[in-house]
Amino acid sequence: MKITGAQALLKCLEEQKVDTVFGFPGGAVIDLYDEILQSDKLTHVLVRHEQAAVHAADAYARVIGDVGVALVTSGPGATNTVTGIASAYLDSIPIVVFTGQVPTGLIGNDAFQEVDIVGITRPCTKHNYLVKDVKDLVPTIREAFYLARTGRPGPVLIDLPKDVMAAMVNFPAPKPVKMRTYQPTYKPHPGQIEKACKKILQAKRPVLYIGGGVIASKAHEEVTELARKLDIPVTMTLMGLGGFPGTDPLAMGMLGMHGTYYSNMAVARCDLLIGVGARFDDRVTGRIDAFAPHAEIIHIDIDPTSISKNVEVDIPIVADCKHALAAMNTWFDRSDLFNEEDEKEKRQPWLEQIDEWKAEHPLSYAKDTNKIKPQFVVEKLHELTGGDAIITTEVGQNQMWAAQFYHFNHPRAFMTSGGLGVMGYGFPAAIGAQMAARDRTVIDIAGDGSIQMNIQELATAKQYNCPVKIAILNNNYLGMVRQWQELFYDKRYSATTLDVAPDFVLLAEAYGAVGLRATKPDEVEPVIKEALATDNVVIMDFVIDREEGVYPMVPAGKATTEMLLV
Amino acid sequence: MRHTISVLLQNKPGVLSRITGLFSGRGFNIESLSVAQTLEPGLSCLTLMTSGDSQIVEQITKQLHKLIDVIKVTDITETDYVEREMALIRVKAESTTRAEVLRITDIFRGRVVDVGAKSYAIEVTGSCGKVQACVDLLRPIGIQEIVRTGTIAMTRSTK
Repeated sequence: MKITGAQALLKCLEEQKVDTVFGFPGGAVIDLYDEILQSDKLTHVLVRHEQAAVHAADAYARVIGDVGVALVTSGPGATNTVTGIASAYLDSIPIVVFTGQVPTGLIGNDAFQEVDIVGITRPCTKHNYLVKDVKDLVPTIREAFYLARTGRPGPVLIDLPKDVMAAMVNFPAPKPVKMRTYQPTYKPHPGQIEKACKKILQAKRPVLYIGGGVIASKAHEEVTELARKLDIPVTMTLMGLGGFPGTDPLAMGMLGMHGTYYSNMAVARCDLLIGVGARFDDRVTGRIDAFAPHAEIIHIDIDPTSISKNVEVDIPIVADCKHALAAMNTWFDRSDLFNEEDEKEKRQPWLEQIDEWKAEHPLSYAKDTNKIKPQFVVEKLHELTGGDAIITTEVGQNQMWAAQFYHFNHPRAFMTSGGLGVMGYGFPAAIGAQMAARDRTVIDIAGDGSIQMNIQELATAKQYNCPVKIAILNNNYLGMVRQWQELFYDKRYSATTLDVAPDFVLLAEAYGAVGLRATKPDEVEPVIKEALATDNVVIMDFVIDREEGVYPMVPAGKATTEMLLV
Repeated sequence: MRHTISVLLQNKPGVLSRITGLFSGRGFNIESLSVAQTLEPGLSCLTLMTSGDSQIVEQITKQLHKLIDVIKVTDITETDYVEREMALIRVKAESTTRAEVLRITDIFRGRVVDVGAKSYAIEVTGSCGKVQACVDLLRPIGIQEIVRTGTIAMTRSTK
């Protein structure tokens, strides 16, 4: 029996176990929306801007550990998704984005709301497709989901001309996707594993440096086992937070530009750096020739292009992190060369050295009884949620304070636009996360600048009963740029003062949400408690110390040991 | 250093722009590029010449391989291979220079493919260096127009 392209697409979503789609309708996808209306299996979340649909799908994907889906119309609907797609691409988040397109006969005619979205998103998708024949529709969708969720995950876009959605097609029986051109390497080379393990046994001062790949491959247990088995201290990238328990004695927090003093010192002094699912990004390495200068480097990554891209690697292991780490754990368990007690004893001087660094310059801030310190707010959020909330962030100071002071003990609890650094990510992401985890507390830690980049989503949060909490660390500045201007541009605050700002409490109320404000440190806790007890969207407006900065800070282009401290 | 890279790829719409976009987006050089179908329907072979240190060329081959439509990437520079490019060169051929043009063409085993009142069009085929040498010799006589293909290359069979 033949069905329409639109019906086939919905059947595909069901087949892929997609139950929630974030989208915004338009002329080119009107047939699809007509089908969605009749579907009782699919929840469609109507966002208020297409960018938000993609961020929400991104966070949804992160929470469930599978593919998130966004659906938009052609032209501006499609171009509005580009930021979200690029963010998901840089963070390796599996999403599938469906864009409408003008009918095939009009493609190339500069038709109304026509844009070459496949061309536009070519460099920021893992792969993308224009479906010109309805017979290709179902195989293309199956391939897209397969690509998005396997290997190094990433966004895949499918462009759907209007006539293809209306055309009739037989729904082909499901079959596993096999691609001649795409075969990711999951299993590590045993020889490389052995080499790496022997190298680890020789090392006196090893450091585990873990990134988002640990979370993507669900390898947090394996990495925790390895670290504890050999007493290896662990530093995490922004994307890796939660990949190893943040309150574990071996955890050193984040490294790099706003990393902890002890993380950066440990990397600078280590004799072996074990990179797992991380990509030696410039915010991590600082000046590249001064990064881990005394270390040999083991690098586990599923993507061969990540290996030896920025930093020359001594022992590359192309594999899925989970498989590689499990193989290493097994090697140690079976090897006569490894004795847990000896190894731990051998590690003592190194751990003591790190403890000394921790004591010397712990993560801290100047406490104040009159002004609210943003770090204090994040600490309170951590305390009052028992560290169990899902935290999303915007980008800038808010993001770094959240990363530094909310000690993530579990994976898939921290959602941030790490690679692209999108202001406006956090709030739609919080909605996406809440849709995926209805019973969890979801908090967007925001700045007063970035929250305004997708503030319209208050309506979405209300409409779908997502009781998301927004904690605005309000300094009336674009704080991170202001901080750079303070430090490196002689306090010339060009375009970073937000002279006109909304009253966020009234703004919340205008949307039927709840607005709360704290201006003094002792108001912080009551406000958070009230917010957490409120079954509604809540904006908490924390009026913070205006010129508070994020420290430590490694100035761009400097060695990571050249930190500006509190 | 110059590298010749052979890429086997699926002949899907937009595949060429995926490749050129990769090069422009990541700041890699393309010195020449040529692409045509292979024996297997739906597959094309692309030969490209690029330059860069070993780390860059390693990135280039890895990044090419990462493209979903790409099946196989071989840096054939280190292997034993034959390469060919072709040039069509329109060169001034007046009574005083005609013999010289023909002689040079002959030396390079080229052919005259078009004759005009005051010019010859020459076809010359060979390695990139050989074609360049021919161009260099013809230049003083007066080249009016030149069209060159990209280099194509094939590894030699093992003996």
